[in-house]
Amino acid sequence: MTVKELVEKLDLEVVAAGPMDVEISGVYVGDLLSNVMARAEEKNLWITIQGHQNVVAVASLTGVAAVIVVEDFAIEEDAIERAREKDVTILRTPLTAYKLICQLIEIGI
Amino acid sequence: MQEKLILQNKIERGDFARGGETSSKLKELLRKLGVPSDKSRRITIVTYELEMNIIIHSHGGEIQAYISSEKIKVVAADSGPGIEDLEKALQPGFSTADDEVRDMGFGAGMGLNNIQHYSDDVEIETGPGQPTRITATVYL
Repeated sequence: MTVKELVEKLDLEVVAAGPMDVEISGVYVGDLLSNVMARAEEKNLWITIQGHQNVVAVASLTGVAAVIVVEDFAIEEDAIERAREKDVTILRTPLTAYKLICQLIEIGI
Repeated sequence: MQEKLILQNKIERGDFARGGETSSKLKELLRKLGVPSDKSRRITIVTYELEMNIIIHSHGGEIQAYISSEKIKVVAADSGPGIEDLEKALQPGFSTADDEVRDMGFGAGMGLNNIQHYSDDVEIETGPGQPTRITATVYL
């Protein structure tokens, strides 16, 4: 499934749009950036509550397909700007990480 | 191939806005040089931790990256204040970072462990009141 299809299926808010036709390879959940750096794999969805600009650096370095900020956590303006510069997709949902993951499983991710 | 300096970046204390810049540059350079992606991934993780350590803990410093036919070597050197107790600092989960930094998802006490885990070879020179110099190597 591509990021675009995911956004449509789960009605996610697109905060910053990078490449939307990327095929999603799996999911990593985490708020500790060192862990995300070490464990998230290329083209994963990265689920987090962090919304500052270092998230964009980590997303770009790990090559994740998209960052999904859960529980409608705030995303800083400079993070959005940086994401646009770096072609990183940031999505957002009011759902908790758990509820989002249940939905991801339901749609086959 | 003789060891060649491919990257040199100054890093300032507290400059979170540029956190990840050095490792991003290195990743891009290694891609252009045709370095296998698993090696590049490992040294990129290491470099990211080294640059965030300089931003979070030091008075500022510099990262240099070298490549030869055998290895990629990254040297992170700062101007202090040094690691008080290296043995403690190497324990997973130990960190001296403040709450604000922790709220951002840093300071989980995993940085030096990640550096050790993803490098083939690490040398740490430090001490209270001393500059810190970490040399991390990934063999090709």
